Amino acid sequence: MSATKSLSKSSARKDKWNRYVESMKYAKYVLFHPFDGFWDLVHEKRGTIAAATTYLVLFLITRIVQLLFTNFQFINAPLQYINIFEQAASLLLPFLILCLGNWCLTTLFDGKGRFSDIYMAMCYALVPYTLIQLPLVFVSNIIAADEAAFYTVLMSFSSAWCVALVFVGLMQVHDYTPGKTFIFLIVTVVAALVIIFLLLVFFSLLGDAATYFISLYREIAFRLY
Amino acid sequence: MTVKVMHRLLALIMTVIMFASINVNTAQAADDGYPTTYTYNYDYWGDVRESADAYRVDQVIYGAELGLETLMKKPQSMFVRNRDVYVCDTNNNRILHLTRSEDNVFSLVRIIDTIQGCEPATFNQPYDVYVDESENIYVADTYNGRVVMVDKDLNFIQDYTKPSDATFDQSLSFMPAKLVVDVSGRVFVLATNVNKGLVKFEADGSFTGFVGANKVTYNFFDYIWKMYFSTKEQRAQQESFVPTEYANIYMDKDSFIYATNTTFDEYDLLWDAAQPIRRLNGIGNDILIKNDRYPPIGDLYWIEASVTLGPSKLVDITVLDENEIYVALDQTRGRLFGYDSQGIMLWAFGTTGNSDGTFNSAIAIDHMGNDLLVLDQNEGSITVFTPTEYGNLIYDASAAYLKGDYDGSAEKWEDVLKMNANYNLAFIGIGRALMRQEHFVEAMEYFEMAHDRENYGRAFRLYRKIWVEENILWMVIVLVAVMIIPLVRRSIKKMRMEVEAYERNQVSK
Repeated sequence: MSATKSLSKSSARKDKWNRYVESMKYAKYVLFHPFDGFWDLVHEKRGTIAAATTYLVLFLITRIVQLLFTNFQFINAPLQYINIFEQAASLLLPFLILCLGNWCLTTLFDGKGRFSDIYMAMCYALVPYTLIQLPLVFVSNIIAADEAAFYTVLMSFSSAWCVALVFVGLMQVHDYTPGKTFIFLIVTVVAALVIIFLLLVFFSLLGDAATYFISLYREIAFRLY
Repeated sequence: MTVKVMHRLLALIMTVIMFASINVNTAQAADDGYPTTYTYNYDYWGDVRESADAYRVDQVIYGAELGLETLMKKPQSMFVRNRDVYVCDTNNNRILHLTRSEDNVFSLVRIIDTIQGCEPATFNQPYDVYVDESENIYVADTYNGRVVMVDKDLNFIQDYTKPSDATFDQSLSFMPAKLVVDVSGRVFVLATNVNKGLVKFEADGSFTGFVGANKVTYNFFDYIWKMYFSTKEQRAQQESFVPTEYANIYMDKDSFIYATNTTFDEYDLLWDAAQPIRRLNGIGNDILIKNDRYPPIGDLYWIEASVTLGPSKLVDITVLDENEIYVALDQTRGRLFGYDSQGIMLWAFGTTGNSDGTFNSAIAIDHMGNDLLVLDQNEGSITVFTPTEYGNLIYDASAAYLKGDYDGSAEKWEDVLKMNANYNLAFIGIGRALMRQEHFVEAMEYFEMAHDRENYGRAFRLYRKIWVEENILWMVIVLVAVMIIPLVRRSIKKMRMEVEAYERNQVSK
């Protein structure tokens, strides 16, 4: 009895693993067939949150590796001031806030995507960045500054690819028209700013409240002493 | 009660500690009482890096020491020819001729206040003086509206007055403020209220036009506002967009005019649109070389000790004889900035104050050899700076490099690094010497420390070429292996499958 149970458990784990590997591999299809790819990624459950998160982490690692190991000819990174956790957070937080902002708006305007769908699509859209710019870190160390044309073209190409994928991804996730997607991309930025504003207000009020209670406690403590 | 005593004791201990720490701080300051930031430089990131002093005060000369009966009053300009110094003592309407003896004593030679053979024979607030190779003296006699040229015995030769040419606005009075003279006797005059550029006279005194007008600068929004949202009357009231005048001019030994500019929109400095220092060629174009990350604008930061002083106000400039190093003078902070011919800052030093080596209102700078002389208009003093060992090493190193003695230059730079490990030029200089000796890896290290991309790229390509030549065998082997191994593996697989199929056939038969 227990043997079969553990067997089924391990096979379930194996299934999960296989699904993860499959969804990782599926990125290749998304990159080259974004319209089909993003549709199936979300609506046919070809993607997994785990794979999406893996790609996000890879993206963050790429950024940090870039800062640390790109040859100085191609990057102005004041290494003496760089904190890699700060760098990672400064990418991760805007990313999540943008996802959240997009979700907040599109749920109100009949977007089909759930938050997890948006997150997944955005993460998969970052794959070209990792795919191209990580090798470019190595390339930057074997070319001289005046041979940089090749390097810069690839850099901008990878960014343009990412932007295009974000656009198509959101379009397919929400089942929007291109025009509507474009408008919502812009509005998403505004929404993100609003969220940041609210967060700042919240934390500053929280701080004020904390100081209020602390001073109240002090006052009472003094009186009683 | 005991609590109170405890508090008092604590407070006492705290004060003692504080005083102790203050004492430690003063002990760290230089012996002459300057803060250690008297001399500094900017690193690649634009951070201030304190450095050893490049110049030290040799002496400060006041009128009283020269035996003057009336002290200098608002002197506006100073000119050095060999060991003679000519000071334009503007508000006393005279020129002071000083000389520096071999044993380094400045003494008064004569007071020039009258000239022979012309009318008027005296000056009226002269703003500038120039002395050519044959010791003819040119004086910008500002409020007499003339530039007057006299020989060394003060006999009148000729004067340059308001041009009667149509290109010169006849409603303006001609007020020459600064002048320079080139080797063939052409006179370039910077005149107040003339914004078409420098007024140029030929050697015979004839006016031949303007040189090097400042470009008209205006703000985009100002323009829109003026052109579309103002009435005709308002437009007439507003100031018109006109080119600004230069603040000062200097002629180097190759007859290029260095000009400084103090009127600009301070945010234009950030993208080098203001160009406070220019080097004008014959047709008036700016040909100053700017190879540093930051253009030569003086100080990069305009706030000091939470006081906003604004950008550097570069009121005068001088160019050293041998190495095209130019030194600009900032009046706001009483500070000198040295740049080499590539526009890289060598050092900056000086401040406002009352002690020697600080200024109240510095107005003019000139050089005598590598010594720098700075005139202060409010103090009526001339401060003489001589280069320190550190400053001389920098000059020697760049001079050696210009001469082609690269190894000698590298040795000098090594010595500079011993005194200032933050000196980028030294890293570049050593890197270049190493590159010439074909030590490419070391050269690359030095260039990387100086963030010199161009030279790094050069060294790197040479290094890469050698590396590839040495390792070409391995690279070919790896490449071939990468191509052949999968092929071999595939054919083995194929053969195995054929054998299996054959065996299966045999069995089924």
